[in-house]
Amino acid sequence: MAVADAGRSDRPTTSWFYNPAFRSFAIQAILLVAIVIVFGWVIRNTTQNLANLHIASGWAFLSGRAGFGVQTFLPFTADDTYGYGLWVGFVDTIIVSVLGIVMATVIGIVIGVARLSTNWLIRTLASVYVEIFRNVPPLLVIFFWYFAVLAVLPNPRSAISLGLDFSLSNRGLTMPRPVTGPLFPATVVALVIGLIGAYLLKRWADRRQARTGQPFPRFWAGLGIVVVLTAVVFLVTGAPLSFDLPVKTRFNLNGGMTLWPEFVSLLVALGIYTASFIAEIVRAGVQAVSQGQTEAANALGLRAGPTLRLVVMPQAFRVIIPPLTSEYLNLIKNSSLAVAIGYADLVAIGGSVLNQTGQSIEVVLIWMVVYLGISLITSLGMNEFNRRMALVER
Amino acid sequence: MSDMQAEADLTFVRREIAPQLPAPQPTRGVIPWLRRNLFSSVGDTILTVLAVLFLLWVIPPLVNWAIIHAQWTGDTRDVCVANDLGACWAFVHANFGQFIFGRYPDAERWRVYVFFLLGIAGIVPMAMPRVPHKGLNLLYLMVVYPIVSAFLLIGGVLGLPTVETVLWGGLMLNIVVAYVGMEVSLPLGILLALGRRSRMPGVRAVSVIFIEVSRGVPLITVLFMASVMLPLFLPPGVGIDVLARALIGVAVFSAAYMAEVIRGGLQAVPKGQYEAADAMGLGYWQKMRLIILPQAIKIVIPGIVNTFIGLFKDTSLVYIIGVFELLGTVRNSFADPAWSTPGTPATGLFFTAIVFWIFCFGMSQYSQYTERRLNTGRKR
Repeated sequence: MAVADAGRSDRPTTSWFYNPAFRSFAIQAILLVAIVIVFGWVIRNTTQNLANLHIASGWAFLSGRAGFGVQTFLPFTADDTYGYGLWVGFVDTIIVSVLGIVMATVIGIVIGVARLSTNWLIRTLASVYVEIFRNVPPLLVIFFWYFAVLAVLPNPRSAISLGLDFSLSNRGLTMPRPVTGPLFPATVVALVIGLIGAYLLKRWADRRQARTGQPFPRFWAGLGIVVVLTAVVFLVTGAPLSFDLPVKTRFNLNGGMTLWPEFVSLLVALGIYTASFIAEIVRAGVQAVSQGQTEAANALGLRAGPTLRLVVMPQAFRVIIPPLTSEYLNLIKNSSLAVAIGYADLVAIGGSVLNQTGQSIEVVLIWMVVYLGISLITSLGMNEFNRRMALVER
Repeated sequence: MSDMQAEADLTFVRREIAPQLPAPQPTRGVIPWLRRNLFSSVGDTILTVLAVLFLLWVIPPLVNWAIIHAQWTGDTRDVCVANDLGACWAFVHANFGQFIFGRYPDAERWRVYVFFLLGIAGIVPMAMPRVPHKGLNLLYLMVVYPIVSAFLLIGGVLGLPTVETVLWGGLMLNIVVAYVGMEVSLPLGILLALGRRSRMPGVRAVSVIFIEVSRGVPLITVLFMASVMLPLFLPPGVGIDVLARALIGVAVFSAAYMAEVIRGGLQAVPKGQYEAADAMGLGYWQKMRLIILPQAIKIVIPGIVNTFIGLFKDTSLVYIIGVFELLGTVRNSFADPAWSTPGTPATGLFFTAIVFWIFCFGMSQYSQYTERRLNTGRKR
């Protein structure tokens, strides 16, 4: 009897086949083997295919002559290398993404706040905007601006004037080009120093208010520091900034600078498309702050402005930031739709390189690394911002 | 005494009836509504006036363009060149078949109609909560319908002539791509979500890498990859249909998004449910199938529908790798010399926008309806 009991407790009651540790090990081993087999098979096929196509894999193609020139922000001609071309495309992606994010955020906040308005008409208009743009593909919005708006504008000779020497034609958006003198960097330095000064002032004012309760007009004083310092340095160095104005000639607009239609339509389309999503995020964020917070602020005697600025917005931000981050990432990823209208971003130039050289694996790898890198950096930046805004619990 | 006197003076006894107060302002009816919603303050009034001016600036020209001055009939581009004030609906009318079916042969288009009808017959009862037999319905949508549709659209059986996929196009292709995307992404997304929450580090790592890489890059790069790299990955001499490449790209991409939505649902199921299932002695798959997934998926139905909306909008991107769905067909028709006029792009894109909008808005309304329906218990 005792022997039987001892035997029972020594041996596992179930077979080894049902042991969770064994099962876990076996499943992962099978998965690993399967992945290795699939990858091996793919790599073998790929090497054979590349050998048949006479494509040498490797990064040597990056120093080859591109042989095509496109309109980009950095100068790029047919004599430049593929590697430089990809860099130029990357810069274009960054420029359109950053400007698009700024534009989408501004429009999105305005529309989102409008959706919360007590004015029925404003609220309805904002809802209509959101419902229209949320429910169509971004590529369609890009096509709309490119083919239906910018392409049918008059030629530069009879361009539509927007005032201040800005004008719109089928060649794009023409505007004055700033020309800086040799002493201009001094103004930039002054601006930076002014901003640092304003920040230090704000920190001092915050500390003093925390200690003594004395308020200080930190916003106006800070603004004064920045504006006065910059203006004084600018004037002392002899106002080293002028504008090269576009001049209408018989067939064209000369001088100034022109943002070509591909860029303008992509930027505007990304801005207004993404704004519809950001508007919803802003609305949801503000509505997530409970009514009691506003009532408590009113009970403490805060007016509408400080209530919004000091009580509602900081709490709304916590709800807004995580989805806002993914909207920004979506905008950056959607900027790759540029390829459909020929704005030379990373994907468009990469596609040309891929077609010319056949180095598909290398180009796709570059795309993946760059976009994953951008996603990672944006997420890290926004997470840091989120951490600062997050609720500090005791 | 003087105190008493003062007190007596202070006493007040009303000797006549109080003056009548004006009637309270009405709170119902048109005028109070207008006052409350449009003219509650000076700023409000200014905003209202600005909004009305904006509407006057936008609506009449739009109505004029789209309806009043529009060219509704005509067989050639000349009618639209002559009438450059309005939309060229004659262009949409003339190309309508192409926009819906692509180059699918005229004589075989009934097959596409049957495909649409079979789809509606499966989706409508699925979307109505009251209709019973959801299990059978799901079986039809996930297994029977795709197989029947594949044979129906491709042909080559039962005397149906084969229609090459290069001839497919237009809206039909959007629906095919979106449907295949949903069909693959739902089960694959569930597996990936389970993998990401698995206790096995190997399984978790594979799922995380797959999900994060697919979500971190634009769909276009995934499509390019499917388009140029899939042929390289297969043994020499094995070709792969262009549409199939697009389908694989879209399916992989949407599965990663679906996985994240479903993971949200898995996390929302209380831990006690997992523990209770373990305590009942259920195995992993029994636990997931009978206890966890039914609750998790119910929670994230709105998220799943939103992913479907995104997927449907993304089908327009396959145009970039040479699969001519609705937007691509419309965009290509701008270059058609028979219909190329300055007003053609605006009309074509307006039409496309309406089609996409109806699908996506319909889905989003359904998602909100479901959210309201499922929320009844937790509403404050």
